[in-house]
Amino acid sequence: MKIKVIVTLKNGVLDPQGKAIQQTLNGMNFGNVEDVRQGKYFEIEVKEKDEKKAKSLVDDMCKKLLANLVIEDYKIV
Amino acid sequence: MRSSVIIFPGSNCDRDMDVALKKFGFINQMVWHNDQSIPKSDLIVLPGGFSYGDYLRCGSIASKSKIIRSVIDFANSGGLVLGICNGFQILTETGLLNGILQQNKFLNFICSNVYVKVKDKQNKYFKDLKKDILELHIAHNEGNYFCSDDELKSLEDNSQIAVTYCGVDGKENEITNPNGAIKNIAGIFNKNKNVLGMMPHPERMIDKYLSGEDGSLFFKNILDNFK
Repeated sequence: MKIKVIVTLKNGVLDPQGKAIQQTLNGMNFGNVEDVRQGKYFEIEVKEKDEKKAKSLVDDMCKKLLANLVIEDYKIV
Repeated sequence: MRSSVIIFPGSNCDRDMDVALKKFGFINQMVWHNDQSIPKSDLIVLPGGFSYGDYLRCGSIASKSKIIRSVIDFANSGGLVLGICNGFQILTETGLLNGILQQNKFLNFICSNVYVKVKDKQNKYFKDLKKDILELHIAHNEGNYFCSDDELKSLEDNSQIAVTYCGVDGKENEITNPNGAIKNIAGIFNKNKNVLGMMPHPERMIDKYLSGEDGSLFFKNILDNFK
């Protein structure tokens, strides 16, 4: 089954790429863009039928590799 | 003194490091990342470069290499482990060092000479070093050191900050901070100070006619402290 994960920078952690994107959008006349945060998206195919088990495996993967918990949060969606 | 330089796919400062170590009398060996064990060593170096193309996060894939288990065991038994640039990023991803190296504040790849201040000499790398300020070289896109407030306090309380970016006069401020690193941090130790990670490249400063010799001081000092 396919499990989807979104990894984002924690609140308060500087996101220079997000800032650059925001400024570019503002420059393109999207003046109402106040903030942009950039993140990562993963689709993980797990050989597991039980959704709970699959998600728990992916949770472990997030903690060990996919996210660095010093600066990032993750969400299994 | 015996040393080992670990080569990852995408390492590109491994041979420079080999040349530097041998120049000052280290007996150096190159070790492939897929090896299980490390030959008998007094110093292990994780060199600079772009291991695994910086995929996912800089150093994150290399930090799960086969050889890393041996590096962690070696570090935990008190052995000297030095990570330069990408090597520093790998060390933070293994958990041997706190924090993380984020993208430079102004999104630019920086390649330039910098001055760094040696903040602590109670360790095997900088003990009795004649200079307090070294001119070294940096070349990175992700050198913006970041850690939590609690980690920063603990780094400061245990004198784990090794080197900071400064001016030629030793001033540490926003102007002398090339990449936005918290507290101008260019390098840190683990708690026992046997593991050192730093962004500047001492191996690029070993020839007075080409670059400068402050890197030579660094390597010679490690050897002197080993004797």
